[in-house]
Amino acid sequence: CVLLVTSAAAPSSQRCLSWWGGVQMGPPDPILGVSEAFKRDTSPKKMNLGVGAYRDDHGKPFVLDCVRKAEALIASKQLDKEYLAIGGLGDFTKSCAQLALGADSEVLKSGRNITVQTISGTGSLCIGANFLSRFHSASRDVYLPKPSWGNHTPIFRDAGMQLKAYRYYDPSTCGFDFNGALDDISKMPEKSVIMLHACAHNPTGVDPKPEQWKEIADLVKKRDLLVFFDMAYQGFASGDIDRDAWAVRHFIEQGHKIVLSQSFAKNMGLYGERVGGFTVVCNDAEEAKRVESQLKILIRPMYSNPPMNGARIAATILNTPDLYKIWLEEVHGMANRIIKMREQLAANLKNEGSTLDWQHVIDQIGMFCFTGLKPEQVERLTKEFSVYMTKDGRISMAGVTSSNVGYLAHGIHAVTK
Amino acid sequence: MPASRHFCQKVPQATPVAVFKLSNDFKDDPNPMKVNLGVGAYRTDEGQPWVLPVVKKVEKLIVADNRLNHEYLPILGLPEFRSSASKIALGEDSPAIQENRVGAVQCLGGTGALKMGAEFLRRWYNGNDNMKTPVYVSAPTWENHNSVFANAGFKDVRPYKYWDAEKRGLDLAGFLGDLETAPKHSIFVLHACAHNPTGTDPTHVEWMQVAEVMERRKLFVFFDSAYQGFASGCLDKDAWAVRYFVTQGFEMFCAQSFSKNFGLYNERVGNLTIVARDADNVRRVLSQMEKIVRVTWSNPPSQGARLVAITLNTAELFAEWKDNVKTMADRVLLMRASLQAKLQALGTPGTWDHITQQIGMFSFTGLNPKQVEYMIKERSIYLMASGRINMCGLTTKNIDYVAKSIHETVVNVQ
Repeated sequence: CVLLVTSAAAPSSQRCLSWWGGVQMGPPDPILGVSEAFKRDTSPKKMNLGVGAYRDDHGKPFVLDCVRKAEALIASKQLDKEYLAIGGLGDFTKSCAQLALGADSEVLKSGRNITVQTISGTGSLCIGANFLSRFHSASRDVYLPKPSWGNHTPIFRDAGMQLKAYRYYDPSTCGFDFNGALDDISKMPEKSVIMLHACAHNPTGVDPKPEQWKEIADLVKKRDLLVFFDMAYQGFASGDIDRDAWAVRHFIEQGHKIVLSQSFAKNMGLYGERVGGFTVVCNDAEEAKRVESQLKILIRPMYSNPPMNGARIAATILNTPDLYKIWLEEVHGMANRIIKMREQLAANLKNEGSTLDWQHVIDQIGMFCFTGLKPEQVERLTKEFSVYMTKDGRISMAGVTSSNVGYLAHGIHAVTK
Repeated sequence: MPASRHFCQKVPQATPVAVFKLSNDFKDDPNPMKVNLGVGAYRTDEGQPWVLPVVKKVEKLIVADNRLNHEYLPILGLPEFRSSASKIALGEDSPAIQENRVGAVQCLGGTGALKMGAEFLRRWYNGNDNMKTPVYVSAPTWENHNSVFANAGFKDVRPYKYWDAEKRGLDLAGFLGDLETAPKHSIFVLHACAHNPTGTDPTHVEWMQVAEVMERRKLFVFFDSAYQGFASGCLDKDAWAVRYFVTQGFEMFCAQSFSKNFGLYNERVGNLTIVARDADNVRRVLSQMEKIVRVTWSNPPSQGARLVAITLNTAELFAEWKDNVKTMADRVLLMRASLQAKLQALGTPGTWDHITQQIGMFSFTGLNPKQVEYMIKERSIYLMASGRINMCGLTTKNIDYVAKSIHETVVNVQ
């Protein structure tokens, strides 16, 4: 903006003398913005049910014991801080793939996967989206379940893909719209990309049952679709890491050459360390090498190579039997606490006198619960009760404790009766 | 599912990044005399990586502090890191900071900061989503500059004259000439100090001339500051150019890396400092930066930023850090002086003053590709095809071998 025309609307502002005069104020992030609003609230009863970060029963962040032990082990080794390879820490990527695919996976044995370390789940999706955009020329279409994690859309859009949707959540049952999903999948053009949440669907907490996954896998194969699995909650859904990875492993067994994003933010509590992985299952090891070379070309201009700290912690846990055992127990513990909170919330709502059906609170799985609350009800819950959640009615069960579950039930009942 | 129809089948093999291939070749070389003068990381006189003593100290503090956890940082990063990092670049008493018109985004290393800046510029600079704005990078430059801006969508990344191969110094006339003829609003990536790969920086007077043209022709200033403290051993000295531009009233970006000066290479600690006309502009810019961060990495890694923030914000630790930085810079200066003296003593053809005139980690020796090949193949001394050497690869133990090898190469290979 070169001409200096100061209007009455911006008398003292230097907008017109700035390169940035035309830059609009961006809206707050729908999910992370909730936490920032929560922080500003002064009510002693406030609850943050926005972002999916696990809290213990005292509402405090939980640093896993296996993480502390791993950190102590690492500190004692006095390692240097030399750059990692572009694809990340080898000890990490190997065990990351193993965790998802299973130690006995034929894919791992034949070396036909390439797994790179990424900046947690978001970084993994970013790389995946850009990789597909660059090399999957047959289609620009990415089908997300309706609804999906809010950040999926801008990530794929920014990578130049076209966003489409398939039916997933049934608001009338607060459950899985299986027939709707199959119907939509049957109509997807060949080679389209279909995004599947491996477990603990975000935001609904509604997962297909194994028999349903089997049918989906068959239909997806018939339609020749490219499967993109997002697995951010392995271990967190059922408490069992193999059970939670079942869908991913089934698809691979059925011959799908999937791409997979993994996050260790939740299941290892390594949120701010940004630990994740991106895997491409290829035809053979030679193809995997070619794909690897291209992933490096994508990564280098983004951030050169990934951060060490979190990956080192995760690798230590995954590769040290004692720590691995502790980790499995702790993941199980976190999942169990959430299951208990679901049961308590449903019970408390009944005690409040709610005549609505809250069975879905118990049936849904993972960190999130799709309450079914409408935006106006959510707004009231936030304004009148200082309960912070996203507008779509999603609450993070991890933010619920035995001390505040009663208050939450009271608030939900108040806005829904 | 038929194998032949899978899209990965058609994915071509990419050429490996040169500097990493060099390191791999070095690793595989059985010659006990081998020397790695390739990748840009500091080495002690024993040829070992060096974790700064202050870093070790702060790491222990972090481990002992039970109040710390692994929760998400805000999207733009750790606030105390961002502000202290910007202070390092702009100076404690920077008028821009006092006038509240500085913002920052914590990023993954210097690369991440460059990327954030590039992505923002493509979306919001010189119009909306204008991919035609020319981006100028020095000839030569760190090779990744090209990819960062190209991947952000810029279609026109071009070189500006910088290195004069004949006189082995700055091609000031060429540089100023390109500034004069660049289309208005072009973006220029400037190396704040210790130019990579040439080690050749403009003098203060030369910087002033550059600034004058850039101001007059409305060109965008994007500093890449990866070696602050490392060049001269003094933080303020190395930030002179950045601070001068601020006093001249430029709105600009400065991508900072703490990889080298903190030795935190693999923790990916970087900061994009934004100097704008006023606080309102900063606010709006940061709000849009958040959107870009959110689709790239959501929020940055905490460990390295914590470490740097604690160090910069604690007086004794800050002093200790500056001392550690000087230790590294001094060793590099010593190796420069040593190499130059030895080449002179050997009577190696040509002039070698550029070794001591150049600054920072790298030196553009002037060796041509054939000579470089000879060094690698015959002497197991690994350097970039451009003739760039990392001074940190030199030690008191290998410097004689390297000097003699350069001598032999220059004499035998043309």
